[in-house]
Amino acid sequence: MADLTTHFVGIKSPNPFWLASAPPTDKAYNVERAFKAGWGGVVWKTLGEEGPPVVNVNGPRYGAIWGADRRLLGLNNIELITDRALQQNLREIKEVKMKWPDRALVVSIMVPCEEESWKAILPLVEETGADGIELNFGCPHGMSERGMGSAVGQVPEYVEMVVRWCKQYTRMPVITKLTPNITDIRKPARAAKAGGTDAVSLINTINSITAVNLDTFAPEPSIDGKGTHGGYCGPAVKPIALSMVSEIARDPETFGLPISGIGGITTWRDAAEFMALGSGTVQVCTAAMTYGFKIVEEMATGLSNWMDEKGYAGVDDFVGRAVRNVTDWQYLNLNYVTKARIDQDLCIKCGRCHIACEDTSHQAIRKEKDGKRFFEVMDDECVGCNLCVNVCPVDDCITMVPVAPGLVDERTGRVVSADYANWTTHPNNPMAKAAEPAE
Amino acid sequence: MAGSAFKDGIAPGRLEPTQYAANFADLHPPLARHEALVEADRCYFCYDAPCMNACPTSIDIPMFIRQIATDNPMGAAETIFSQNILGGMCARVCPTETLCEEACVREEAEGKPVKIGQLQRYATDIAMEAGRQFFTRAEPTGKRIAVVGAGPAGLACAHRLAVKGHEVVVYDARPKAGGLNEYGIASYKTVDGFARAEVDYVTAIGGIAIELGQRLGESFSLDDLRARYDAVFLGIGLGGVNALKAEGEDAEGVRDAVDFIAELRQADDLSDVAVGRRVVVIGGGMTAIDAAVQAKLLGAEDLTICYRRGKQEMNASQFEQDLAASKGVTIRHWLSPRRVLTQGGKVVGLELEYMQLVDGRLTGLGHTMTIPCDQVFKAIGQTFEPRSAEGLALVGGRIETDGQGRTSREGIWAGGDCIVGGDDLTVTAVAQGRDAAESIHRFLAAAS
Ligand SMILES: Cc1cc2nc3c(=O)[nH]c(=O)nc-3n(C[C@H](O)[C@H](O)[C@H](O)COP(=O)(O)OP(=O)(O)OC[C@H]3O[C@@H](n4cnc5c(N)ncnc54)[C@H](O)[C@@H]3O)c2cc1C
Ligand SMILES: Cc1cc2nc3c(=O)[nH]c(=O)nc-3n(C[C@H](O)[C@H](O)[C@H](O)COP(=O)(O)O)c2cc1C
Ligand code: SF4
Repeated sequence: MADLTTHFVGIKSPNPFWLASAPPTDKAYNVERAFKAGWGGVVWKTLGEEGPPVVNVNGPRYGAIWGADRRLLGLNNIELITDRALQQNLREIKEVKMKWPDRALVVSIMVPCEEESWKAILPLVEETGADGIELNFGCPHGMSERGMGSAVGQVPEYVEMVVRWCKQYTRMPVITKLTPNITDIRKPARAAKAGGTDAVSLINTINSITAVNLDTFAPEPSIDGKGTHGGYCGPAVKPIALSMVSEIARDPETFGLPISGIGGITTWRDAAEFMALGSGTVQVCTAAMTYGFKIVEEMATGLSNWMDEKGYAGVDDFVGRAVRNVTDWQYLNLNYVTKARIDQDLCIKCGRCHIACEDTSHQAIRKEKDGKRFFEVMDDECVGCNLCVNVCPVDDCITMVPVAPGLVDERTGRVVSADYANWTTHPNNPMAKAAEPAE
Repeated sequence: MAGSAFKDGIAPGRLEPTQYAANFADLHPPLARHEALVEADRCYFCYDAPCMNACPTSIDIPMFIRQIATDNPMGAAETIFSQNILGGMCARVCPTETLCEEACVREEAEGKPVKIGQLQRYATDIAMEAGRQFFTRAEPTGKRIAVVGAGPAGLACAHRLAVKGHEVVVYDARPKAGGLNEYGIASYKTVDGFARAEVDYVTAIGGIAIELGQRLGESFSLDDLRARYDAVFLGIGLGGVNALKAEGEDAEGVRDAVDFIAELRQADDLSDVAVGRRVVVIGGGMTAIDAAVQAKLLGAEDLTICYRRGKQEMNASQFEQDLAASKGVTIRHWLSPRRVLTQGGKVVGLELEYMQLVDGRLTGLGHTMTIPCDQVFKAIGQTFEPRSAEGLALVGGRIETDGQGRTSREGIWAGGDCIVGGDDLTVTAVAQGRDAAESIHRFLAAAS
């Protein structure tokens, strides 16, 4: 049996599955239920400064998009940070940490961007015995209008400054949670590192309007006829989050900086992918909010079975293993040639591959043979784009088969070379340099 | 048990009064919105879709299903009705398992085709319940066309002609319009007076007058019509039935299955419809199954369908056969009726001969067996009654037409069951009526 234990910036947890700072972690009741269900850790719902707590809207705070059978694909919310009193949260955090010493308990914090505010709250949190703090620089709605959340996360200088204060005023490990509402995620990550952060976590939610009500002409969710952008999360954001995680993982300036991966993680496989791209732990919100805490069982057993199959004894055996395979487009091997192959035994003759290729791509799939409905790839037209694979409704029916070096690519008439050659040295590239290896 | 449950002979009221409604409820209850959305999502939106090619009316099935999936059932209904104005009935009665759903790629993939018929019903029900009409009539052409027969073929023809701006008078011999939709289709396929409602929906476009109780060959002749109208369409179905050629066929208790079904369909109260305690149905098609199942549902205790050939040769689809079996009907093969046994002029049994294929020919084996019964239904095929088609060329006893539905006489078209190539399906009758209307329209346009 694989060992799922993780050590993340000095915080130990029995498995890498943490609940992200959000409603599932807003109070002792939920967090204890989560721990009972098997979650390795939680990031407590973001605390604000002492004083009257923030208030939430009293109408709908969520919007969503759905796939077939109303499967929830994306969720958006306009909830703020915790709307419970600071002292009550702190009391509960302390109690829960005492009762569950083996679980990770990190506290998310968001206070105004002033040194005094951070200086004031950090000792209070430290006193609870929590394992670490997460700086919420990500919330994209409401709090950002008040100069907090993503308003900080979007300005690398602020990120660095606040992280520095935190490192100065607490001994607890600091995780900086980044907003994806920015053009280059590496900038705030570098800033956090410069400020001395122990880790980054990402992504927080993405600015979004999930729908417009076509009767009232108001965005959803609407509050008395008006709406505002919310933060988007759930399965739909996973690809964006994976890319951002990978950018930080492979950036020479932040290489090796611990990452807690967040964004659309729903199954063990999603988690494993985030980890392969360098996440030491993963955080989950929407999946738990959709299906309840029990999903962690599927995640833990799934990850463990996969690790057993692969022969990985512990998570460190594979965390980050995919990072070196993420590169720039310019370093992709242009001598690698593939052709689509249709398995005629599996083909159900829906014709989707044909019409996709015919209408929108390379006219490389014929629709008929001997007067009968029959779908076949024409190698002399196929550029190996993979569109047909993605639109085919049958698993493994169309596959991409590499053309072995030495054979002729029927489309170009050229012999496929075994050598690696990329754009940087390509004759069509006006900026072509002498050959250089990939990074 | 009701009083006459165990009564020998042919008797009404074999069931508890409350049981009739349950027995004759909708065979496939309509899909609710969520069910429809989930089912619609299964459609792959195939290129040059096989289902569409398998539909005799060529409804753009992937398109209407996509419209359902995007919560646009009105758009879906329009897509359906533009090809098949009786799309509501076809959704209920088409043997989809041998038409569109058989061709569905999901059938090949997993043996579970998209429920095309059910989805079609979902969309058409919504539009019809809302009374939504999708077609407006073109400028009046001043042309008048007589349609004989208010069945699927006649109604489809009349509607398309009305759309084109022509005036249509539909004559039917029966007291109600709808043809076999009203008198023949199994009642659990078209509940709650749907056939009637559909006639109203089709004629709501305007320009269609229906004259009931008017029989071609009695009330008027083909020549009369030809003289009074610019064109004539015949959609008169099949009026006759084949003879059993068994001794004692005229005994009390031997009945035409189509007649029995018509009585049942028209009954105000099903407990008034009499049925035998033990019933034998002769035949192997849809009518045999429908008669047997409905007789069973009326409370007959023993129901046996006897078909003179094997299972493979049966015209009834597998789905229909399974339906019969699930209702407790026994289907026996390779048995051909020889003699109706009577007592006091009433049926008491049926003697049948065992059959076999000998050198490809159906041959009696000389051995017989007897099934005791008090009622025998004949469902061995209907025939065209040529009297009404005087002067028209027939082939194999049905009216000969060309690809556009033109008969041998100029100005007279025909379609549906009464023509050669009518394949005893509602949907085919609709396609032929519609196409004949297009042909008539071209003919009239060219003439003026
Ligand atoms: C018992 C039974 C069950 C069936 N079940 C199904 C089913 O489940 N699915 C399916 O697709 N098909 C089924 N069919 C077949 C389907 O009903 C027919 O193919 C279809 O109704 C043919 O339409 P039509 O318009 O050609 O003829 P019909 O529906 O027969 O209509 C002909 C009309 O013409 C009228 N008429 C006839 N002669 C004259 C005259 N001389 N003057 C004036 N009017 C006249 C009749 O009164 C009738 O209204 C079934 C048939 C039967 C008998
Ligand atoms: C209702 C809701 C409230 C949230 N509140 C917070 C919060 O207070 N602090 C925070 O750092 N992130 C908050 N988040 C963001 C989540 O922690 C997480 O980053 C995001 O939902 C992406 O993960 P997921 O795709 O697994 O949901 C919230 C998310 C939701 C849905
Ligand atoms: S998309 Fe797949 S199943 Fe459909 S025709 Fe092409 S290969 Fe066959």
